[in-house]
Amino acid sequence: MSATTAVNENTRSMMERNVSMDKTSALEMERQADMEAYKTIGSPLVKDAKMSARNVNVFYGDKQAILDVSLDIGRNEVLAMIGPSGCGKSTFLRTLNRMNDIIPICRVQGDITLDGEDIYKSNQDTVMLRARVGMVFQKPNPFPKSIYENVAYGPRIHGLAHSKAEMDEIVENSLRRASLFDEVKDQLDKPGTGLSGGQQQRLCIARAIAVSPEVILMDEPCSALDPIATARIEELIDDLKEKYTIAIVTHSMQQAARVSQRTAYFHLGKLIEVGSTKDIFTIPQHQLTENYITGRFG
Amino acid sequence: MQTTTVFLILTALCVVSFITGRKRSQIVAMQQGGLSTLHSLPNHYGYMAAVWAALPALLVLILWTGFEGSVLHKLVVAQLPPAVQALPAEELGLYYNQVQGFARGAIDSVQLDEAQVKAAAFYRETASTFSQVKAALVFIVAVLGALLALRRITPVLRARNHVEKIFEWVLFGCSFLAVLTTLGIVLSVLFEAIRFFNVIPLTDFLFGLQWSPQMAIRANQVAASGSFGFVPLLVGTLLISAVALLIAVPVGLMSAIYLSEYASRRFRAVTKPVLEILAGVPTVVYGFFAALTVAPFIRGLGESMGLDVASESAMAAGLVMGIMIIPFVMSLSDDIINAVPVSLREASLGMGATMNETIRRVVLPAALPGIVGGVLLAASRAIGETMIVVMAAGLSAKLTINPLEAVTTITVQIVTLLVGDQEFDNPKTLAAFALGLVLFFVTLLLNVVALYVVRKYREQYE
Repeated sequence: MSATTAVNENTRSMMERNVSMDKTSALEMERQADMEAYKTIGSPLVKDAKMSARNVNVFYGDKQAILDVSLDIGRNEVLAMIGPSGCGKSTFLRTLNRMNDIIPICRVQGDITLDGEDIYKSNQDTVMLRARVGMVFQKPNPFPKSIYENVAYGPRIHGLAHSKAEMDEIVENSLRRASLFDEVKDQLDKPGTGLSGGQQQRLCIARAIAVSPEVILMDEPCSALDPIATARIEELIDDLKEKYTIAIVTHSMQQAARVSQRTAYFHLGKLIEVGSTKDIFTIPQHQLTENYITGRFG
Repeated sequence: MQTTTVFLILTALCVVSFITGRKRSQIVAMQQGGLSTLHSLPNHYGYMAAVWAALPALLVLILWTGFEGSVLHKLVVAQLPPAVQALPAEELGLYYNQVQGFARGAIDSVQLDEAQVKAAAFYRETASTFSQVKAALVFIVAVLGALLALRRITPVLRARNHVEKIFEWVLFGCSFLAVLTTLGIVLSVLFEAIRFFNVIPLTDFLFGLQWSPQMAIRANQVAASGSFGFVPLLVGTLLISAVALLIAVPVGLMSAIYLSEYASRRFRAVTKPVLEILAGVPTVVYGFFAALTVAPFIRGLGESMGLDVASESAMAAGLVMGIMIIPFVMSLSDDIINAVPVSLREASLGMGATMNETIRRVVLPAALPGIVGGVLLAASRAIGETMIVVMAAGLSAKLTINPLEAVTTITVQIVTLLVGDQEFDNPKTLAAFALGLVLFFVTLLLNVVALYVVRKYREQYE
């Protein structure tokens, strides 16, 4: 992995240099013109941020998916990212633990820091970064292994447990924190894929928190679930914020309103407006935000 | 009349009935008030008429051709003098063959007696009558079929559904033919094998440790009886296949992993077709590569290390066979690895697992049943492979598991048994069928297991 990462790293920084040297290119000028055309409304920055992004641009090949986004995620807060499909919110989320690295044509410019440390610096170990910044995906994706092995996967690859007893404890605690333990405690050796959709997603959350991350990124975690399972996950998110910092992408405005403290509204790769969830949903400043939350489009 | 001519005329008749059928449907429709009154398109009526002309006529043609020979045989034999008719079946057959040969101009009349010349004249006469009757019958049936179809054309006739149904039957017929052919091959092998087992007991064949298929041609010959123990051949086959799989599975699997997980798109686009070219190299080329290049090389290498290596070692044949099935293993594994959902990889990578850990702990376990299925398919190819082992492996049926010695395989023995002059009542020749039958069962078993494993795996993700 490390060799591949280094190669990726080199190509990436080379590409960045190319782009910055080639400032006169039409694409670049267009992008700058576009950038000047907007300024994020509200309060994207917070004091004592857990993660912060500054002037982030993301490209897929020639196509720009994120335009000059600056945004902080505060400690132990739930930040919701909303916006119409294709607005770049998932792309932005994935830059936060460098999941975009797996996509060869994806380039990221700008600074993203975790506790003040640049996570795109050339000697950054993506493996350690992803252990600190966990991720829960849109579709529940348990491994075709037992429930126990699903949760034990992360601790095992990171060597977090030194005995069977320790591992049992980690698995039990993680399942408890994901409020799944009571439902599955008698069938830990059954395959994780045999659970219901909602249970699978909670298993994935348990799996993510088993490596004790500091930040959890959630990419529409409830979009494949029914309302009851969704309600349980939302409760869970509320509990989890005591210990973790959470960024959640969602298509459901009600969900954003229920679980988050701050909300960011994305539109066509731009971060239009950020503010406390209450403000965004009651007194949106930007016309686009208002249109979206009142359901005029999206 | 020649069968080819009959065919050509029948084709012409079909075309005519197609055109007539189409025309007739149009005429009928016009009488009723326009083409829209037809249930089906005019072409469908045409197809229906053509099929009605062709199918019954073809059936008659096939049946006639099938029975013509035996009927002719009976008629000619009935003409022969009673003394000849009383001959035993084999001699009568020979006698009849001579008559037939002379009638067709293949044999000189000098070798024949008078009765045969007479019979040949009768044969020639009957055969020409037969072919005229056949041609006439086929045409009558074809014309009758076409007329019947044309008479039935009315606007309410569902010609389109008829054509659909007939097409379904044609497709069924083709697949049935394939199955029938396979069955025919298996049965013919089986019957010859049974003849072999009448001479050599089945237990001697299955459990004998000696293979030396010499049979006495004359009763008082030295080394009169051969031994037909099949175990050394099986062990040799498995040994060479094992060497081949030991080469092909790791290399094929790992190149599949590299191609599907690590390689850039451009590298993959170039490398995969190049590796698949390996699969297109004729096995005879691999064969002389094995015999002329690899075998001496291994021998030299072994000698330099003080090992005693046969010049036609199992190692050389297995090695080259392994190279031959690398693309097979690679291509199958690559498909299976790619079928593992991306979401599983993302889940693992998102937890901070490295690529390597993700592949070992998530991707490969998920793909394992499919990979096992692929390996079993590769094994059945290795076991059935002939050309490489004929050229690179030896002929001596030694019972050994040392890959540096010369061994022989089932397929090699089949080839050697059937090369040259054969007598089909000699166990030496019949042994080839018994070996073929065993080979068939071994590969069948492997394929069944492989398909079962692969199918089970498919159910998991679909």
